[in-house]
Amino acid sequence: MTGPLKSTPRATEATPMPRTTSAQTRFPQAPRPERGAGTGRHLSFGQPHLPWWAGWLVAAVSAAAAALLSLTLGWNIAGGAVVAVVLFAIALPTWSVLVESSRAAKDRLVTTLVWAAFAIALVPLVSLMYTVLANGLGVINGQFLTYSMRNVIGQGGGIYHAIIGTVLITLAATLISVPVGLLSAIYLVEYGVRNRTARTITFLVDVMTGIPSIVAGLFAYALFALFFGQGVRMGFGGAVALSLLMIPIVVRSCEEMLKLVPGDLREASYALGVPKWRTIVKVVLPTALPGIITGVTLAIARVIGETAPLLVIAGSTDSVNTNLFAERMMTLPVFIYYSFTQPGVPAQFGQDRAWGAALVLIVIVMALNLVARAIGRTFSPKTAR
Amino acid sequence: MAKSIDVSDLNIYYGDFLAVEGVTMTIPSRSVTALIGPSGCGKSTFLRSLNRMHEVIPGARVEGKIVIDGQDLYGSEVDPVEVRRQIGMVFQRPNPFPTMSIYDNVLAGSRLNSKRLPKDRADEIVERSLTSANLWVEVKDRLNKPGQGLSGGQQQRLCIARAIAVEPQVLLMDEPCSALDPISTSAIEDLIHELKSDYTIVIVTHNMQQAARVSEDTAFFNLAGAGKPGNLVEMNPTRKIFSNPEEKATEAYISGRFG
Ligand SMILES: Nc1ncnc2c1ncn2[C@@H]1O[C@H](COP(=O)(O)OP(=O)(O)O)[C@@H](O)[C@H]1O
Ligand SMILES: [Mg+2]
Repeated sequence: MTGPLKSTPRATEATPMPRTTSAQTRFPQAPRPERGAGTGRHLSFGQPHLPWWAGWLVAAVSAAAAALLSLTLGWNIAGGAVVAVVLFAIALPTWSVLVESSRAAKDRLVTTLVWAAFAIALVPLVSLMYTVLANGLGVINGQFLTYSMRNVIGQGGGIYHAIIGTVLITLAATLISVPVGLLSAIYLVEYGVRNRTARTITFLVDVMTGIPSIVAGLFAYALFALFFGQGVRMGFGGAVALSLLMIPIVVRSCEEMLKLVPGDLREASYALGVPKWRTIVKVVLPTALPGIITGVTLAIARVIGETAPLLVIAGSTDSVNTNLFAERMMTLPVFIYYSFTQPGVPAQFGQDRAWGAALVLIVIVMALNLVARAIGRTFSPKTAR
Repeated sequence: MAKSIDVSDLNIYYGDFLAVEGVTMTIPSRSVTALIGPSGCGKSTFLRSLNRMHEVIPGARVEGKIVIDGQDLYGSEVDPVEVRRQIGMVFQRPNPFPTMSIYDNVLAGSRLNSKRLPKDRADEIVERSLTSANLWVEVKDRLNKPGQGLSGGQQQRLCIARAIAVEPQVLLMDEPCSALDPISTSAIEDLIHELKSDYTIVIVTHNMQQAARVSEDTAFFNLAGAGKPGNLVEMNPTRKIFSNPEEKATEAYISGRFG
């Protein structure tokens, strides 16, 4: 009984509506035909349109023309691609302005430019990924990931010691930077609004952002040399140097994320008789959590490839060292640097290992990003719509 | 449980800017008091000073006395957090917590304060609060869904349920219906009628009919001109305010011959 009854109004509503509404929203000021005045003036909203394959046709023609041109003139593929894009960006809007309108032509021109810019931005990324994959993929195997370079000359060996070092040092740097950075951001956003201390901190954080990484390494070295004497090498020193680079990034991103939490929510919490610190811990931080996690991950990705400070303070070694507080510790960037600049004889094995380590480093950073996205999604505000 | 509020010579500042000047009034218990007046005359400011939410804004401060149950709200030994626990507030825009389910939103007052509640007690509070807020029937099958998935009117009733779940003595409402459709508005007005037997309610509204419908007393605020402080022009039983107000300005405002 209820089924057909229910469906009738919906059906009558659905059929004629879309056309009228879309026409009205697209032309809100369109003159309505008046009663009595309709003496033959025909209203037309339609416009001539290029066929859907117009873009493909122009693309094919410009590509062919560019290919011909670069073959006869002996250009390489990059030159040909540039010519093809330029031809396309001229031809399609010209055709469009002849058939369609000047507005449609501008739209096509700008669309072409935006896509071209996107492609240009993609070129270095794709090229880099290709080079690293091509050079590094062949090196990676079980031994490469689970062996250190201890007593290895020539072929064989692996980067286990460097992976361990990078993971430990970055983890320690994160453990230092996140509390410091997050608490500073909380102070700046929740407590220090417009006061002098907050402005000073913001200024110092900006200055810190600009510290060259080698200077951070030298600072950590000088600091630890005070306690442990000249020539100190220690993984923890590397973590301190990296956290110097990480803290300003963490402060900045956490600050932005905390500012995005609506003041309404804080007031709602206060109005329930919740003290400020609980409001921050239970309302503001959970709401901002996905953004904070993303910010921290980006900060990690930014410092995990740092080489200079680790060269200075963490040093270089061929063996596994899991103690952050004593002795030299190898890290992936430093491993890459030494394998590439001092590959030994014959040079090929060392350089291959450098590419393999580079690939592993990139994979680690990507994995971090994916993990952060997953965490961010699980914790993000539960909006149904 | 409900208490009346005595306000005397209240001046409210934002930094150096005097926003509301010299308010003296008595808000009776177990009844609804409406605050009306043109925009910017300080209704929200006054309302927020009643539960010490005003001072949340940096530089904001209050002079004068607000006495509830023999205690000065602004006395030096008074803890503003405790005041807000006793005097609840509903805001103009519905603001449920986005990280919480409907269930947890209702319990936010105790959840955020880390009070442990046995499960059956928590269930009981949720059902009672949502029922008083006229929302129980609509949401009882999706209590674990996010509160932000509700419609605007439902969200506002959820916020009311959240405010009454902590059993405050006084409920302050700042234009609670201004973002809502007529049906949700009427649901909330019904709710106010039911709540006034237990709570002292103060409601800011721009809608004269609403003030006339829901309130026992009405206070008319006005301001002498732009940049001047707002002040209380007249407070009287709603029936009197809307039939023969004492002040010319009140009559002008109510009859729409204003500005
Ligand atoms: N956060 C604030 N900082 C400074 N001045 C404010 C703030 N909020 C409101 N005011 C000022 O206080 C006066 C009263 O505002 P408000 O209480 O919001 O009026 P109403 O609610 O009656 O429309 C206005 O002049 C307004 O500009
Ligand atoms: Mg207001």
